[in-house]
Amino acid sequence: MVDARGLSCPMPVVMVQKEVNANKPSELEVLVDAKVCVENVTRYATSQGYKVEVKEVDGEFSMMLKKA
Amino acid sequence: MGKNSKINIWVLIAGLAVGVASLLLTFLGNPKNMGFCIACFVRDIAGATGLHQAAVVQYVRPEIIGLILGSFIMSLATKEFKAKAGSSPAVRFILGMCVMIGALVFLGCPLRMVIRMGGGDLNAFVGLAGFAIGILIGIFFLKKGFSLKRNYTVTTTEGLAMPISAVVLLVLVIAVPSIFIFSEMGPGSMHAPLFVSLAVAMVVGALAQKSRLCMVGGMRDAVMFRDFNLLSGFGVIFVTILVGNIILGNFNGFSTYLQPIAHASQLWNLLGMVIVGWGSVLLGGCPLRQLILAGEGNGDSSVTVFGMLVGAAFAHNFKLAGSAASLDPETQVYNAGGIANTGKVAVAFIFVVLLFVSVMNIPKLEKKAA
Repeated sequence: MVDARGLSCPMPVVMVQKEVNANKPSELEVLVDAKVCVENVTRYATSQGYKVEVKEVDGEFSMMLKKA
Repeated sequence: MGKNSKINIWVLIAGLAVGVASLLLTFLGNPKNMGFCIACFVRDIAGATGLHQAAVVQYVRPEIIGLILGSFIMSLATKEFKAKAGSSPAVRFILGMCVMIGALVFLGCPLRMVIRMGGGDLNAFVGLAGFAIGILIGIFFLKKGFSLKRNYTVTTTEGLAMPISAVVLLVLVIAVPSIFIFSEMGPGSMHAPLFVSLAVAMVVGALAQKSRLCMVGGMRDAVMFRDFNLLSGFGVIFVTILVGNIILGNFNGFSTYLQPIAHASQLWNLLGMVIVGWGSVLLGGCPLRQLILAGEGNGDSSVTVFGMLVGAAFAHNFKLAGSAASLDPETQVYNAGGIANTGKVAVAFIFVVLLFVSVMNIPKLEKKAA
């Protein structure tokens, strides 16, 4: 899991990129707390062949990345 | 452009709007190649409020107020307004100062750099090279794990600090303009009508919020993630300005000679923008983006903007800012402009500051892992 809550761009994408490059997970949960981070992580994850599901709870976002 | 070439339509719209707005505001009275310039306009506000005494650059620029309020209103409408703060505020303040001084050495923020490029100013292309170098240096540290650490949810008051400051400034400049200092000559005396500037900037601010438009983010994302979304906005602004200038008959080819409010001291054009690129990557966004985030309730960006304001005052009080190229009307002697020795020392010192901040904010564990 990548917890990037409170981090501003581009840190969340950097963290996801590190995890993807290092472990090539088939599933990855990413926590962020700004819409702009959801957009940026989604763009990156999609480019790496992941499908992205987003759930919003109390202004925070839980993103589930799954290899398509 | 790879698989990750999805371009958000809002970035293109925002880029087009910035370009058109800049051409319009210059047509209506703003200085040449300065329809928008975050660094110059924050500097002018510093002058108008007496934080510095450079007589030619003092004016309460409504564009700054409008950008903040446009972003504020849009973020309320999209429910993105969130009061957040606590990510190394003092360091951000200092980085804001550094970025501002670097921008004033070059004579423009990244946005004005693109506007100058579209106006045929080749000096700005040297600035672009410096900007790119600075961004690459910043990316190097990001990859090493650089972070100013997370922010936290804070009270709404913190988030409203910048939007309310903008409203107060607007009310004061309309109600009691006599308390401010207004330039009688020079760039500070040249401006579009207040309410036009304000309205145009509010539209641009709203679109910049919606699209996340950011000059430094464009190159950063392209290099780091092969993501060309934001960079497309950069491109659209350049093309819009270039085509607009050609249509309006303002375009006289590309040259470094006697460009409006620009100097041809290329080493300092380059180094000034290296500072802006590097500092902005550490901050997570260019000066425009900092204003927009401040409007969205981000206290860290608000602190950065206040740092920019103080940096602008320092830049003029200590004679660090560049002086524009000029042609003596009587003797016809050309002066390429440039920066004073104090400015050169400041540039060197800022590089030390940026290096210190960059290195000190790399977690030790991450350092070993990388």
